[in-house]
Amino acid sequence: MQQLIYFFQKFKHFLFFLLLQLIALTLTFNNLNFHKSKYVNSANAITGGMYNQVSSISDYFDLKKTNTALLEDNTRLRNLLQQKTAMSFASDSIVIDTVKYHQKYTFSNAKIINNNYVNAFNFLTIDKGRNDGLEKEMAVVNGKGVIGITDNASSNYTRVQSILNKNSRLNARLKNGYFGTLKWNGLDYNVVQLTDIPRQAPVKIGDTIETGGKSTIFPEGILIGTVIEINNDNAVDNAINVKLFNDMSNIGPVYVIKNLEKKEIQFLENPINE
Amino acid sequence: MNKTIYFGLLFVFLVFLQVFVLNNMLFLGYVNPYLYIIFVFLYPLKKSRFTFLLLSFLLGLSIDFFSDSGGIHAFSILTIAYLRLFFIKVFFRKYEIDYPFFSLNLEPFGKSFNYVVTLTVIHHFILFSLINFSFQNISHVILNTLYSSVFTLVLYFLSVYIFSKKQ
Repeated sequence: MQQLIYFFQKFKHFLFFLLLQLIALTLTFNNLNFHKSKYVNSANAITGGMYNQVSSISDYFDLKKTNTALLEDNTRLRNLLQQKTAMSFASDSIVIDTVKYHQKYTFSNAKIINNNYVNAFNFLTIDKGRNDGLEKEMAVVNGKGVIGITDNASSNYTRVQSILNKNSRLNARLKNGYFGTLKWNGLDYNVVQLTDIPRQAPVKIGDTIETGGKSTIFPEGILIGTVIEINNDNAVDNAINVKLFNDMSNIGPVYVIKNLEKKEIQFLENPINE
Repeated sequence: MNKTIYFGLLFVFLVFLQVFVLNNMLFLGYVNPYLYIIFVFLYPLKKSRFTFLLLSFLLGLSIDFFSDSGGIHAFSILTIAYLRLFFIKVFFRKYEIDYPFFSLNLEPFGKSFNYVVTLTVIHHFILFSLINFSFQNISHVILNTLYSSVFTLVLYFLSVYIFSKKQ
């Protein structure tokens, strides 16, 4: 017993050090799992509030750019609207039928108050939270393309796992329908990798990549980027380098997309409680 | 000034400096200085190290909270906080008796330079290994360690030069 007390006396600093290191390592490992890091993240009231304060100042310097981006987004949407009306003129009358009307997604707006893009596991913070109806696993996009997936929501702030995160997996497809998985290798924040595309798929440099809609998170057809490099060697994953439309180092206002049918789909896919 | 208040203010100042200023530097697109480790250099030496270790851990953890990195900063700053006494023994040949009189500014520049550089490089290497979190891109980790260490050290020695009182 005396030996034991002597041992603790002698190594008390080292044991304390080990204990703290263990806590730090546990937090690190938890952080790498999707929505497992409940406590240490920037979406809590203190850090979120401070980031909000700082970004409300720095936003003034980006107002011009933000305005241009919103204008571009509006132009694109107005053009889409024109196409829609042109198509409905093809039939001689419009039938308004509430049974056929079926909304699948709702969009809400938010603002990025903290942006990371140089690490291998990047996260963003946005200024809306559970009070605004946000929860985990919702899509975050802007006018130019995808940004990430919500991860942890506090009452007023939400953490977003950026697509520039080595853990991110996204269903993406070529415009001609061949689909694969979008990942990031942690190197260049402008370039992501599209993997698992079938070898027979005709891919050319300059092809557009968009979301595939084969998940409950992202709607179909949201822009991602263009192909800039095709690997012709026999790698297993057949990775294609894709340059993002978004400049991830400079993003401000975003849209958060909620899938209204998510619960129904998940219930069908995982028939538990049997 | 009272020592406790001084180090309390230093703690808060370093967190804000790191999170709101230095984390947004991104020199050449990705190089950041990590100046908050000067807490380890400035905190006075004592025989009982519990407060010091705990404060270093909390400093790292506060920065982790802001930068969404789990416990990476806490882990790396705690390591150099624990190793500090060993390197003081190696570089300055100071033992427990000398602790109350020890000050980095009073030591010869060559010795304190070695001490600061060693701890900074150890900290940055652990930090970038954990940020990368795989054995791929080792060259990336080493390059980042090199660039960031130089950046941090330049800032540290500049600030020491500016803030040191000339007798």
